[in-house]
Amino acid sequence: MAEPTVTLNVTRYRPGKDSTPTAESYAVPYHKDWVVLDALNHIKDHMDGTLTYRWSCRMGVCGSCGMMVNGVPKLTCAAFLRDYYPGEIRVEPLSYFPVIRDLVIDMSDFLDKLKSVKPWIIRKTEKPVSEGEYLQSPAELEAYKQFTQCINCMLCYAACPVYGLEPEFLGPAAIALGYRYNMDSRDQGKDQRQPVLGSHNGIWQCTFVGECSEVCPKNVDPAAAIQRSKVDYTKNWFKSILLPWGGK
Amino acid sequence: MTEAKNTEPLWWGLFSAGGVVAAFLVPVHIILFGFAVPLGWVSDSGMLYRNGLIKIYLFVLIALPLYHWAHRFYFALNDMKLGLPRKPLALLCYGGAIVGTLATIWVLLSL
Amino acid sequence: MSVVRPDKSKLFYRELPRSWWLSKQSYFLFMLRELSSLFIAIFLVVFLVQLYQLTRGPEAYAAFARKLSSPGWILFNLITLLFALYHSITWFYSSAIVLPLRIGEREIPRNLFVALNIGVLIVVSLVIWRLFLAFNG
Repeated sequence: MAEPTVTLNVTRYRPGKDSTPTAESYAVPYHKDWVVLDALNHIKDHMDGTLTYRWSCRMGVCGSCGMMVNGVPKLTCAAFLRDYYPGEIRVEPLSYFPVIRDLVIDMSDFLDKLKSVKPWIIRKTEKPVSEGEYLQSPAELEAYKQFTQCINCMLCYAACPVYGLEPEFLGPAAIALGYRYNMDSRDQGKDQRQPVLGSHNGIWQCTFVGECSEVCPKNVDPAAAIQRSKVDYTKNWFKSILLPWGGK
Repeated sequence: MTEAKNTEPLWWGLFSAGGVVAAFLVPVHIILFGFAVPLGWVSDSGMLYRNGLIKIYLFVLIALPLYHWAHRFYFALNDMKLGLPRKPLALLCYGGAIVGTLATIWVLLSL
Repeated sequence: MSVVRPDKSKLFYRELPRSWWLSKQSYFLFMLRELSSLFIAIFLVVFLVQLYQLTRGPEAYAAFARKLSSPGWILFNLITLLFALYHSITWFYSSAIVLPLRIGEREIPRNLFVALNIGVLIVVSLVIWRLFLAFNG
């Protein structure tokens, strides 16, 4: 009996040669323990060495192999063929990002945005090492812990129609990471992040579709981070208007 | 005071307050005034609405969900990519809610 | 750290299709949630017009209520009621995410939060219904 195969329809785009991306079909051996990334590696090793895509760790940690699998943003290292078999599998580059080649997207927009929220601990004055660590209670850790799980895979951007509509939108992961540092008891940089996070293109563009949190492979909840930030900024705004001392 | 200049928290605050009112209070009013009163299940002389406290309640019930509508409708039409110009659309939605608020005040004070 | 930037002229840009919200069930439900606000607002404006009729006298008020008993208005109010209840449920679910209730240090489960809010909605509705009957009785 012939070895069972599964058909992958993979987006190909050769910059400078193709005017638009096209789909190429490949019949790949089906193994029930294979993930979509294994199938792509099989294509590259045995069928077409020019196929281009990003990957690294194969274990859901590096965040490189995010692609659209049947229209849904997935880490291809965690998307098993058996969940689609015997159906065909459509593999496309992550939505909304510009395509560089085949399945590789240009992530510089995300990297700029990530940097703009200053995702690091900001202190007004660093205390000297001799004074010891910045201590934190379990409750203080809990306030931001889930948001530290973000691996910058950008699946949340590819799931967000607002980002598709408004490329200027800061987007789920960048806001979630800004929020992560705002919520860290050791951090004092909230005011410095305010001009970016609290701007129109920051949290206020979000209409709470909620898909970012649905597709996150690390169970981060960017939608919650964004809405909680809205509540926080709104409270502060009303305080600054209504209280004579500006709520400071 | 760059914080106060961005009015988005104001509109979002009104949107949220309206959302809460709509979620908890509106359904029973639809049952009352959409079905029970028109179909004669209950009688309604209208005398009730001359009470000051009831007027305040009715103001909250009617005015706040208008801002909830304005916010969601504006963003939904944007999201639908209908190509509508933004500024006039915002004026229509949020301005509509403000006009609705003034009309509510006027009607309630005339009762 | 500088970001490596590819040659922009060689990139392929994709746009969000206008029909994006029809392409996926969750997007469609999102749009229904947003549009529920329109039905609620129309109902409240009609209610305001009804109150305005009261300023013109009890006859005008009663006449307006009779107008609302037409099949068209009943159908509209039925649709509005369904949208309003959909708004309530989705609002409670959103609230569970945005303002989670904590007992001690633990957040209560989101489904329990929604159930509690539905309980409050029912109690509030019954109280308003009873008060309305009491004052008009």
